[in-house]
Amino acid sequence: MKTKVSDAKKAYKMQQWIAGIVLTLGGLLVAIPFIWMILSAFKPESEVLQLTPTLWPETFTAENFIYLFENMNFGVYLKNTIIVVLCSFVGLFFNAMAGYAFAKYKFKGRDKLFYLVLATMMIPGQVTMIPVYLILNQMGLTNTMTGVVLPGLVGAFSIFLFRQFMSTIPDELLEAARLDGASEFRVFMQLILPISKPIMAVQGILTFIAGWNSFLWPLIIANDESLYTLSVGLSLLKGQYGGNFALQMAGSTFMVVPIVIIFIIFQKHIIEGYTISGMK
Amino acid sequence: MKSYSKTTPYLFIGPALILLALFSLFPIVVALVISFTDIDLAGLADYSNISFIGIENYLNIFKDPIFLKSIGNTIFYVVFGVPLVIACSLGIALLINFGTARIFKAFRLVFYMPSITNVVAVAVVWTYLYNPQFGLFNYLLGLVGIPAIPWLQDPTIAKGSLIALAVWRAIGVNMIIFLAALQGIPKTYYEAAQLDGANNWKQLTKITIPLLRYAIFFVSITTMIGWIQFFEEPFVMTKGGPLDSTTSVALFIYRNGFQLSNFGYAAAGSFVLFIAIIIITMIQFRLQKKDTDF
Repeated sequence: MKTKVSDAKKAYKMQQWIAGIVLTLGGLLVAIPFIWMILSAFKPESEVLQLTPTLWPETFTAENFIYLFENMNFGVYLKNTIIVVLCSFVGLFFNAMAGYAFAKYKFKGRDKLFYLVLATMMIPGQVTMIPVYLILNQMGLTNTMTGVVLPGLVGAFSIFLFRQFMSTIPDELLEAARLDGASEFRVFMQLILPISKPIMAVQGILTFIAGWNSFLWPLIIANDESLYTLSVGLSLLKGQYGGNFALQMAGSTFMVVPIVIIFIIFQKHIIEGYTISGMK
Repeated sequence: MKSYSKTTPYLFIGPALILLALFSLFPIVVALVISFTDIDLAGLADYSNISFIGIENYLNIFKDPIFLKSIGNTIFYVVFGVPLVIACSLGIALLINFGTARIFKAFRLVFYMPSITNVVAVAVVWTYLYNPQFGLFNYLLGLVGIPAIPWLQDPTIAKGSLIALAVWRAIGVNMIIFLAALQGIPKTYYEAAQLDGANNWKQLTKITIPLLRYAIFFVSITTMIGWIQFFEEPFVMTKGGPLDSTTSVALFIYRNGFQLSNFGYAAAGSFVLFIAIIIITMIQFRLQKKDTDF
């Protein structure tokens, strides 16, 4: 009897090890593109084009990164990307406002309007792509930063998540603040937003990542290179310097590494965010 | 007690709702209208150049060999992509959930990482990995004596190469959804099954998978809609080539709209896509309902 129990324990431990080994191999496979990208970014062009590739750079160089900023307009792209990110935080604020109103106010047409908001999640981007371009063109916003930012500013899913979270805030809290004479906007700014920190953290990080990665609208709206974001600039780089892989890897590294760092710092919020949002 | 004025809620929802109406709802009407016209660059400059042509766009698009090819390619992406994404993300979630050591938490991070990275950057990196001469993949294959594979040059292999990249990116989010669902299964179920002598495989197929049914359903719908709209990977990596063998419906629409400026024609294409998504979603809901009925 005793040996049977210890046998089962041994088998269980064995299985744990196998699971760990399988995941390690899988994880290595998943990480290869990242590792290869970063290592290649620091190699000189000649070393990248060797037929027997080196894993670790033989000559360690930052010239690819310097080239991006001196000979390409990566400084401008970076500035535009940061503008897009900052504007998307304004959009996040609008989403929070709308989510709050849907959660905590009673008004005529509330449920119908909320369903309308949810319905917009069903609409594929390809259907709105062309008409939105025509609308922006009619408004004279093509080839402007406003035109790049506006179409993706608010999102139904984000409004939905804010509403879900904010409906758990007790009404008594709001009424107490109102009795103290706080205006509705002040209640929102000084009471609701601080309480909503967990959902704000998740949404803030996701908004940052989405803004940093934004590709389609800058690509469609911006004709002028001075309005390109990093990802549009990078696809341009791929077209112009198709054979210079070291330079391409430097550009990619410059785009990916900041996101990875932010992700590692805030990963707890992001992964737990799925539990907050009740996505099960 | 009602201490706020009647207009306050509307002021709060106003900015978001106006933007959603202008850039999500109204465009559908515009898309439907222009899909019956021949609007192009000349029409954009002067609306008097636009004329209604009825359903001609729709008739033409189903005779367009590139459109038909793009439908075939998109079906290929869905048929191979959806099961692969579900199998990989569910498998990894099960292994991570099974593990008790702390290191297993770190695996969540590693597998989630690709899904937050920029699609253009990642596509650029994979194009380099796939390069027939200087790419890492062919070098590694060469080490074990396998001849070079034309990853992006052969029509069929190119589709598979794009799917590999997209699966790599899709694992993270779906794995997290499965993990959340797995943690919602009460431990007592497994304890009872173990007392009855059920082995791991029995526990997996009789308890875990049935209880994950809703999560699997959710992931399969969102993944399928994602694959139907597959765009960035072929756009950056292959431009739809070789010989349009990787052109997806979404890429076809983009190309007709913004490179050839046939706005009306592209809008017709986008409506075909929209209707396909609605029909497929409805069929899946129907199947799901049947599944839970018995």
